[in-house]
Amino acid sequence: MTRNAHGADRLPPRRPRHAGRFAPRYPRRYGRFALRLASLATALGAWQLLTGLDVDLWLRFSQFPTVADVARAFADRLTGPDYWTDLGDSLTRILSGFLLAAVLGVATGVLVARSRLAEDLLGPLVEVIRPIPAIALVPVAILLLPSDEQGIVFITFTAAFFPVLVSTRHAVRALTPVWEEAVRTMGAGRLRILGSVVLPGALPGIFGGLSVGLGVSWICVISAEMISGQYGVGYRTWQDYTIVNYPGVFVGMVTIGVLGWITSTAVEILGRRLTRWLPRTSYVPGARAPRRKPGAPTAVPAAPATEKEVPHDQLV
Amino acid sequence: MTSSSDVLPASRTGARLTLTDAGLGHPDAPVLHGVDLDVAGGEILTVVGPSGCGKSTLLRTLAGLLPPLAGEAAQDTEPLTGPSADRALVFQEDALLPWRSLRANVELPLAIQGLSRTERRSKAESWLARVGLAEQARQLPHRVSGGQRQRAQLARALAPAPRAVLMDEPFGALDAQTRAGMQELLVDVLRGTGATVVFVTHDVEEALFLGDRVALLGSGGLSALHDVPRPRDRTAHDDPARVALRRTVLSSLGT
Repeated sequence: MTRNAHGADRLPPRRPRHAGRFAPRYPRRYGRFALRLASLATALGAWQLLTGLDVDLWLRFSQFPTVADVARAFADRLTGPDYWTDLGDSLTRILSGFLLAAVLGVATGVLVARSRLAEDLLGPLVEVIRPIPAIALVPVAILLLPSDEQGIVFITFTAAFFPVLVSTRHAVRALTPVWEEAVRTMGAGRLRILGSVVLPGALPGIFGGLSVGLGVSWICVISAEMISGQYGVGYRTWQDYTIVNYPGVFVGMVTIGVLGWITSTAVEILGRRLTRWLPRTSYVPGARAPRRKPGAPTAVPAAPATEKEVPHDQLV
Repeated sequence: MTSSSDVLPASRTGARLTLTDAGLGHPDAPVLHGVDLDVAGGEILTVVGPSGCGKSTLLRTLAGLLPPLAGEAAQDTEPLTGPSADRALVFQEDALLPWRSLRANVELPLAIQGLSRTERRSKAESWLARVGLAEQARQLPHRVSGGQRQRAQLARALAPAPRAVLMDEPFGALDAQTRAGMQELLVDVLRGTGATVVFVTHDVEEALFLGDRVALLGSGGLSALHDVPRPRDRTAHDDPARVALRRTVLSSLGT
């Protein structure tokens, strides 16, 4: 050890003081993957155990298909022709409705936030239609649109449209005014301001709306398919229910879950990529300071620890 | 009051900015009345005054962001009709677009001017190098320090060669050491641009260091306009004429 100007021992180089406090003592990438897999496996294991043993307490698992039943039904489905048609139909419907809602929702949200005229013209209409659940618009879809297919896309569109619109409107209104003023003083016109400030600045909020909208879209596409579809995961699930094919119903539910998970992950990844400029916090939730091993040397601050070591002119 | 136009050589590129009997502020909250100001081309005018006296309002009016409530604001005798690339504004707060790298921020006004990609890139890089940010050009604003962000703002304002630069307490949020460095950098980068500068500050020392003239704002209008003694040595803080002017300015501000 060397001695510094104040005569205090200087410790050899060590980790910065804050490293122990904020650095997560948390499994790395593979560890986290294993943790997630274990969580799924535990849920499946509990399901198999409860149904395999026909547990009938207050909850009745005796009528419930086992994981093995569902897996068998899944394997049968995967090899059959209808499964992929259903999947393709549902995905086409949700993608058409959702993309339409994303484009129109962002456009209307920006318009309402930026133009008083648009706000006066569209605001009341939006506020009246917004509280109506999209699935309650099935009669409207049947009356207005010539085919069931278009009706389902319409319902899916309506479901995602309002969350996207409202988030965009809020995000545009919350933009830091100085960004726009800076670009205006560069001589930018309206379109340039829209492309260079409004849309990129509102992206974090817009992606919040897209995530919520996608979730609601899935709920509505499946419900609409159950009501009036021909083919589609929702239609097949309802058909299985009416012929008391419960493993089939679960195959449908698992399919919906996985599809929803994949699509929402895609939206989230895209959102993170496009908003990489957002300052991220260095705080990691749940991270704990590492425990000191008994007998390990105490970390001594590099500054003098006692009054005696401090020159008099530095005492305050 | 003496006009600086007879003291300073007329600039080739600097814009002359004038306010004639102007009332400034928002329609529901007027701040300044009867302001007459003539900033000659190439002049550095510093504006000091207590908080809330309308310094920023004056600057925003000259930038064209705020129309005058009365009277006229003009550039080279042409009334201002709105913001223009001729008059760059440097803000106190962080006005860099956070999703663009420092270089992309500096490139933006050049893109608006219609410069080609290669032209604007090389121009942006040379300006960033000039303000000492060559290494940080590809960083996002939140990755660099407050002082570096202000340097990038300065580069962004000066890169498109504006005829006037309006600066709203640009160094107000910086620590004393960074601030002194920024003042010297500003004098250095402005040299040779010929741009007119209106620099708002609450720091009298900064106003005397930078300005050719110092305007004092207070009690709803422009209260005084002083020429900074010349020939000027910016480092001569104890120059008797400068000390006398500092005393006059401070007593006018009531401090």
